[in-house]
Amino acid sequence: MSANEFEPRIIGFLCRWCSYNGADLAGTSRMKYPPNLIPIKTNCSGRVEATHVMKAFADGADGVLISGCHPGDCHYINGNWRTAGRYPMLKKLLEQLNIEPGRLRLEWVSAAEGDKWARVVTEFVEEIRELGPLDWKDEVHAEYTDHDAGELKEAVTA
Amino acid sequence: MAESKNGEPRIGVFICDCGTNIAGKVDVPAVVEFAGSLPHVAVAQEYKYMCSDPGQELIQKAIKEEKLDRIVVAACSPTMHEPTFRKAVQAAGLNQFLFQMANIREHDSWVTEDPVEATEKAKRIIDAAVYRVVYQQPLEAIEVPVNSDVLVVGGGIAGIEASLKLADAGHKVHLVERDPSIGGHMAQFDKTFPTLDCSACILTPKMSAAGKHPNIELHTYSEVVEVDGYVGNFKVKVNKKARYVDMDKCTGCGLCTEQCVVAKVPNEFNEGLDKRRAAYIPFPQAVPLRATIDPEKCLQLTRGKCKQTCVEACGPGAIDFEQKDEQTDLEVGAIIIATGFDLFEGERIERYGYGRLTDVISSLEFERISNASGPTGGEILCKSGEKPRSVAILHCVGSRDENYNEYCSRVCCMYSLKFAHLIKEHLPETEVYQCYIDMRCFGKGYEEFYKRLMNEGVVFVRGRAAEVTAASAKQADEEGRLVVTVEDTLLGVVRHIPVDMVVLSAALEAQPDAKQVAQLFGFGCSSAGFYIERHPKLEPVSTVTDGIFIAGCCQGPKDIPDTVAQAGAAAAGALALVDNRTVKIEPTISYIDPEKCSGCHICVGLCPHNAIVYNAELDAAEVIQAACKGCGVCVAACGSSVPVQYGFTDDQIFAEIEGALAEVSAPERS
Repeated sequence: MSANEFEPRIIGFLCRWCSYNGADLAGTSRMKYPPNLIPIKTNCSGRVEATHVMKAFADGADGVLISGCHPGDCHYINGNWRTAGRYPMLKKLLEQLNIEPGRLRLEWVSAAEGDKWARVVTEFVEEIRELGPLDWKDEVHAEYTDHDAGELKEAVTA
Repeated sequence: MAESKNGEPRIGVFICDCGTNIAGKVDVPAVVEFAGSLPHVAVAQEYKYMCSDPGQELIQKAIKEEKLDRIVVAACSPTMHEPTFRKAVQAAGLNQFLFQMANIREHDSWVTEDPVEATEKAKRIIDAAVYRVVYQQPLEAIEVPVNSDVLVVGGGIAGIEASLKLADAGHKVHLVERDPSIGGHMAQFDKTFPTLDCSACILTPKMSAAGKHPNIELHTYSEVVEVDGYVGNFKVKVNKKARYVDMDKCTGCGLCTEQCVVAKVPNEFNEGLDKRRAAYIPFPQAVPLRATIDPEKCLQLTRGKCKQTCVEACGPGAIDFEQKDEQTDLEVGAIIIATGFDLFEGERIERYGYGRLTDVISSLEFERISNASGPTGGEILCKSGEKPRSVAILHCVGSRDENYNEYCSRVCCMYSLKFAHLIKEHLPETEVYQCYIDMRCFGKGYEEFYKRLMNEGVVFVRGRAAEVTAASAKQADEEGRLVVTVEDTLLGVVRHIPVDMVVLSAALEAQPDAKQVAQLFGFGCSSAGFYIERHPKLEPVSTVTDGIFIAGCCQGPKDIPDTVAQAGAAAAGALALVDNRTVKIEPTISYIDPEKCSGCHICVGLCPHNAIVYNAELDAAEVIQAACKGCGVCVAACGSSVPVQYGFTDDQIFAEIEGALAEVSAPERS
């Protein structure tokens, strides 16, 4: 696949209170951004675990975005601080697995920042396009049974 | 795909056209075909408006006839219609949590340029929802008791109105106001547009009604410092600042304020145009009518040494320099935030000379000098005491200006017209210039008022004022006057208008601490600091936090009629909640199986709401259901994956990821 034809596949974890609503606002404001990111809603970005990120890469994602409320604005007081604390650890984990850390991005997007959401997605899609396809799926699935979440979780948390 | 726990699932996928909002971009028939081909999908249907009654009936009919046990609706944002469809599903006999919404409008058709790409994205989003819904489990909403009391934060017209409505309905209301008196900005106004009724005449009866109402407890000179709990069950800590006056003994006679030796304190109520004492009553109609001693200005309180003439003067012996701040814990079922606005500071636009040129004044200052209870007794006078021969009113100061605020502040055109009318009424010979960009007279009777003003001899200059300067001494007639430079865009000339007074029609801005207040209560505010409503049209007074409502200018600049209407709406919203004994809350909380938990304590310390306790008997962590708010932090943090978050289990999230990344047909491109 040449770089021009490559369409990155991205999973976005969005917290329900800020980022999901920020993405909704981008919609109601009819802002345009590339279609490569599929949003997955969690109550708090603090719910997003290493296994979710790794599962996304293992299932063929080329990039993963985690987006929560700005520090201090968390609906759950400090859930997003947990996310922020987990982020460097996740980057390190990716390095160890030979995945470019740039494939994971953490952003704070508030419910008022539809424009920021559109900009972040646009930028991230371009960054991943630069990095090219990950194709980690085959590698992982050779080792672990397809769809066996439990086993995969064990493997990445070990 | 794994089987659902109750055997082979039968999923119905219902895809909404949303008129042309979705179908105009997404090839819905192609998406229906795709959805129908997915594993376990028994029914895939398209409908023009799925949220309408026939749309909901379509889903209900299919549930019954096709024996569906899982439903996916691909339509707008769940924020918009998830409750609608959940109710429909539940009414058809299916547990409402066996439903998943796929957002193909806000997250797809409205943001994607290319129809082919939008169609492919819709397939992926639906695929993710279909994979996920297989793993969803029936849940029961948790029913919790509702406290029937309500907290109203902010004692301006919005807070007063909401409090009165709720109190009249029989609910106990705690009205918290930061200042020593309720009344807010409206108490400072002279007349109200366009009817020109006297602001005090329509406000003070309401203030006094709020002060006397048996169901309203006023907490003035107080601030909310802590908020905890959840819908129906909020726990709030209110800090009552020390007034150094015993509220029960003080009669509001004002003798202490006459005797106080500190006489040079800028009077906030009159916008600093005159002075008050350190012992003061903010204004004669204050509610509660009680004295307050300003702790920053009082000699006794700042230096520990004063003649204490106030103590001598006070017959009932109400003054108490030993008084301390008092904290009160309140429990309420609903909260209304009505914290109002702050006026744009004129100094920020240096070229208008506010703070530098004596007779450039703010709109609130004009309100005070035109008010009979104001520092000039209602006479419109320059600082010199002279009557102005000519006044310029500059519109859009700090609004409709990318350097300050992009938004239109809505009320300035109208209050500027009101000012012009008042000047003409008081001083018929005085010339009045309105320098405006556009006249926005949007409300009932507003355009008519504008027309009336055009016939009152007011000069309308279409153009934003460039600057205000002191007239140079060369122009003999104009010495000591001000010159407004403005491009009259209708005449195409730059005009230099000599005037004696310039009124800056400044924008309404959010309170300087609006963001901190939003954080305290747990909802969002825009970059300008105005609070975000749950839905701009259909839920304009609700916030994302259940049980917390907003009213008045804290939500955005608005006039008095809109503020009062919104306060009524917020009161109705709160009433609909606190009139019930119980409320159902989302059961998406955590559960920890004591059999599996090793009792390591990690989650106990991480829980933001202290909802996890260690049970020594079981040597395991335990979730307190009522305290858990469902963030899922414990689930993510546990090294052994013991906690489960209902509605957001690992299986569900994994399945959603799988679905989102499953192969869909490659885009067809010509």
